[in-house]
Amino acid sequence: MKAPDFDYLRPETLAEAMDMLSRHGEDGAIIAGGQSLLPLLNFRLAGPERLIDIGRLAALKQIVDGDGFVEIGALVRHCDLASSEAVARAFPLLRQAVGHIAHPAVRHRGTIGGSLAMADPAAELGACCLALEAEMSLQSVRGQRWVRAVDFFAGIYETALAPDEILTAVRLPRRGPDSVQIFSEVARRRGDFAIAGLALVADNHMANPRLALLGVADRPILAEKTMALLANNMAAADQAIELIGNEIDPAEDPAYPPAYRRQLVRTLLRRTLMELLP
Amino acid sequence: MSIGAEVPRDRAKRLLLGRGRYVDDISLPRMLHLAFVRSPYAHARIEAVDCTDARALDGVVAVLTAAEIADAVASWRAEHKLFPAMAAPEQFALARDIVRWQGEAVAVVVADSRAVAEDGAELVAVTWHELVAVTDAKKALEREAPVLHDDMDSNLAFTTEVASGNTKAAFEKADHVVEEHFRFHRHSGVSLEPRGIIAEFEPSENRLTVHQSHQTPHQQQDLYARLLSLPEHKVRVICPDVGGAFGLKHHLMADELVACVAAKLLARPVKFIADRLESFLADIHCRDHEVTARMAFSPSGEILAVEVDDLFNAGAYGQYPRTSIAEGNQITRLTGAPYRHEHYTANLRMAFLNKSILGHIRSVGHPIACAVAERLVDMGAAKLGLDPIEVRRANYLHGDDFPRTSVGGVEFEYLSLRGCLDKALTMIDVPGFREEQANLRAKGIYRGLGVGTFVELTAIGPEYYGQGGQHISAQETCLLRLEASGDVRCYTGATDQGQGIDTGIQQVVSDTLGVPLAAIEVISGDSALCPVGGGSWGSRGAALAGEAALRAANTLRRNILSIAAGLLQKDVAALNIEDGTVVEAGISHMTVAEVARIGHFQPYAIPDGIPADLTVVERYATKDRLFLAGNGVQIATVEVDVDTGIVTPLRHLVVHDCGRILNPLLVREQVRGGVVQGIGSALYEELRYDDDGHLLTGSFADYLVPMAGEMPDIEVAHLENPTATSELGAKGAGEAGTAGAVSAILNAVNDAIAPLEATIAEVPVTPPRLLKALGQI
Ligand SMILES: Cc1cc2nc3c(=O)[nH]c(=O)nc-3n(C[C@H](O)[C@H](O)[C@H](O)COP(=O)(O)OP(=O)(O)OC[C@H]3O[C@@H](n4cnc5c(N)ncnc54)[C@H](O)[C@@H]3O)c2cc1C
Repeated sequence: MKAPDFDYLRPETLAEAMDMLSRHGEDGAIIAGGQSLLPLLNFRLAGPERLIDIGRLAALKQIVDGDGFVEIGALVRHCDLASSEAVARAFPLLRQAVGHIAHPAVRHRGTIGGSLAMADPAAELGACCLALEAEMSLQSVRGQRWVRAVDFFAGIYETALAPDEILTAVRLPRRGPDSVQIFSEVARRRGDFAIAGLALVADNHMANPRLALLGVADRPILAEKTMALLANNMAAADQAIELIGNEIDPAEDPAYPPAYRRQLVRTLLRRTLMELLP
Repeated sequence: MSIGAEVPRDRAKRLLLGRGRYVDDISLPRMLHLAFVRSPYAHARIEAVDCTDARALDGVVAVLTAAEIADAVASWRAEHKLFPAMAAPEQFALARDIVRWQGEAVAVVVADSRAVAEDGAELVAVTWHELVAVTDAKKALEREAPVLHDDMDSNLAFTTEVASGNTKAAFEKADHVVEEHFRFHRHSGVSLEPRGIIAEFEPSENRLTVHQSHQTPHQQQDLYARLLSLPEHKVRVICPDVGGAFGLKHHLMADELVACVAAKLLARPVKFIADRLESFLADIHCRDHEVTARMAFSPSGEILAVEVDDLFNAGAYGQYPRTSIAEGNQITRLTGAPYRHEHYTANLRMAFLNKSILGHIRSVGHPIACAVAERLVDMGAAKLGLDPIEVRRANYLHGDDFPRTSVGGVEFEYLSLRGCLDKALTMIDVPGFREEQANLRAKGIYRGLGVGTFVELTAIGPEYYGQGGQHISAQETCLLRLEASGDVRCYTGATDQGQGIDTGIQQVVSDTLGVPLAAIEVISGDSALCPVGGGSWGSRGAALAGEAALRAANTLRRNILSIAAGLLQKDVAALNIEDGTVVEAGISHMTVAEVARIGHFQPYAIPDGIPADLTVVERYATKDRLFLAGNGVQIATVEVDVDTGIVTPLRHLVVHDCGRILNPLLVREQVRGGVVQGIGSALYEELRYDDDGHLLTGSFADYLVPMAGEMPDIEVAHLENPTATSELGAKGAGEAGTAGAVSAILNAVNDAIAPLEATIAEVPVTPPRLLKALGQI
């Protein structure tokens, strides 16, 4: 379990990084916190010729408490997210979710950009971005483009990122003062990747609900039928709990059969809705 | 008194400070590194191995296959003469012609670094012809199943029956019978430090020096000498700090033998450290039994008969040199052993299949024997409407029952089961728990309480392996050396992988000799320096090496006192050693240091004809005493989330009797660690394979070990009934926690879900299995 040989590049600026990627994007890989990439290298599941370490790009480490939005730089670590007051005020969902990511050692290195770019279907932050209607900023020498979370995740470990693009930031629109945000998941042990998880974001009285699920498909998904059923209609809770289990189609997994994941998602939704009962 | 004191171990401090020195911390000049080419198939013919590209790679020094090492190393067969009918197919250090489990090594790349060796391993091109894999004992024993080994006509490695009384008649007559089909899945010992070795060969002296993460240096010395045709005194095996072993490091592992061969052929030091993936693939595994068992009861709850059928999913070969039989053997001999009953039959069928070798991991077979019986007792009590705790108490062997040879053929000098149960019941308020349990059930919260009774066979005597024909020492020898300063060096055959046995032995020597703890250093884990001994496994250190140390300390004490008596012109019987000083009725005469100085430098002052050796050796070996049985009771409480299937352990308590306790702190640590491992196998740990024999759990993301966050506080108490078979009176303690934990957890889970009319008898109890049992999915 030793990584194959690679060259190591460390750009000092975003421009330099983009330039390197424009030349080496195909056979190179960005390294941020390394918490997902290093295991892949050591298992020899990835073998890039070059690692481009973006750790020095200070511009990507900011959390901007903007007007109508919060923008989180790609290099913001899980622990930074957990301790940010701006994030806690606007998006309690994120603070709840980050508590479920791994252990302190991993949270002190892993970054939001790395997590999203990795696109592990069981990652907490992907589902949160989906629930919170995030937009991702993708930059390359060709320019910058904004991609909505629903369009960003393309499949298991696949995203809209082109080989020469860097994910630089995630922008989250602020929600109204009555915004309800609840995150929950089931993992075998504290800090494990979730078997399944659910992020609920809604306005008062279940207006405009967004239910994002993790761990149940090849990417984080929205339970759209259940969202439609529940919208402004808490009375449909029981039906929604039934529906959400049928709405998903988890893959065969020798450890956790699809029926088990369906059961978990129902349980998570039931427990989430119970929290909202007066 | 030092025996019985809570002395923390020095080694722990060093290890916690990160100052341990494990095999991988050692680096020798000109050292090379190994990476193995392992079979991706569970069963395949090796048609060709092309090493051309690998050999051409910069930094690769050699690539070896079975053909290249054939002349340098012998093959072996895991035979046991007490079980002459057991199949013992020939095994080679690197697979020849056929691979029989995924992960079996077919070639090894020797290179300047491990990374380059791995690059080289990727370049070795093997042409495989995949064969049908046999991955489950039931199928392996079917007539049409492909047979793994050419010299066998089926995959049945061994079969036996243990019988006593008239079981059939007892079941026919019995008023109440309960029966269950159990599945105990495969797991392993999972030491944090993986297997590792540095082998170094000096051709001009024909000398092999090995640093290995291992439990039994003398056994390895013997094996390496014989398999590599070296004179035994030219082989030295040193075990530095060992980061956990749990039984997976007391065998011959083919990988490590290959490292020795490579060192010999290349005349350069060679290092091999197993990475986690190859640990899961090629370590010794354990358990993997399918057990069907019945228990017959009288209307009043008396246990009348027990019947056990064990289908044992062994590995591709027998484990060498001990063989794989012990796990099946323990299950067939121990199930129901704590209980008084006359009729007992146990059948064993052990099948070879295409998985890694199955061997002895902490508490070999015990957790299964114990879980099966304890579950049946609970089922019987439920059927009869009796309190399971009272059914246990009434049926436990006790008082006049001892000494006794159990229906399974195990000798019990004494068991303190009722005492342990009574003590446990003072630690937990069972009626209070039952009341709370009922209240919580009304709120949809399901809690359960489970009892597990265990006996633990420790400190095996020399007959088992002696008559089996293995070169495995069950005799322990201790060498004590009084230094000129009066300090003492103690050389033991026991080894320390974190248990703290060094400290226990230090305490025995300190007490017996009458010198302070700080004046004693225990030296272990070196086959050249230490007296030949068995190392550490099977809960034997305190009982055997402890007794040998006591004997050696008695002899050294006698010699010190006789020298002092001669010098002081006193009657030796009037003298004693206290706190490093020779005293007579409380008055000090001279220090041990003075005796040592004179003994070493002015020996002419010592009168002739008295015992004056300052280096002494004593041995301890038992005769016709196969095991020392420890015993205990564990009680677990758990909460079951019936919607997610997640089980949360709440409390876990253990009352244990291992005879005389050298150091309660260390014994508690052993019990706690053992319980955690037992909870691991009850709830988390499982080596899962697909039907083709491909391992699905090759990393810690898929193979779940118990973590501190999920573990309950483990409360431990002791009764102390010393064995009369030794002066020290200690029995083994290292496996007690593991032996009983599965049964307590399994019973607690079943108690929790009993109101839902569900039961489960498959471990680990994973969430999907539990929800299936509950009919939720
Ligand atoms: C023991 C352990 C447990 C874990 N448990 C969890 C868990 O429960 N939940 C969870 O969500 N995660 C978990 N993780 C993963 C962790 O959150 C990682 O930190 C995260 O997935 C990747 O972030 P990183 O900064 O470490 O990225 P890296 O490992 O450096 O990179 C990951 C991938 O993203 C790419 N990449 C990184 N940054 C960018 C960027 N800015 N633009 C474009 N591409 C980029 C890399 O090229 C690489 O392909 C766990 C990890 C470990 C080791």
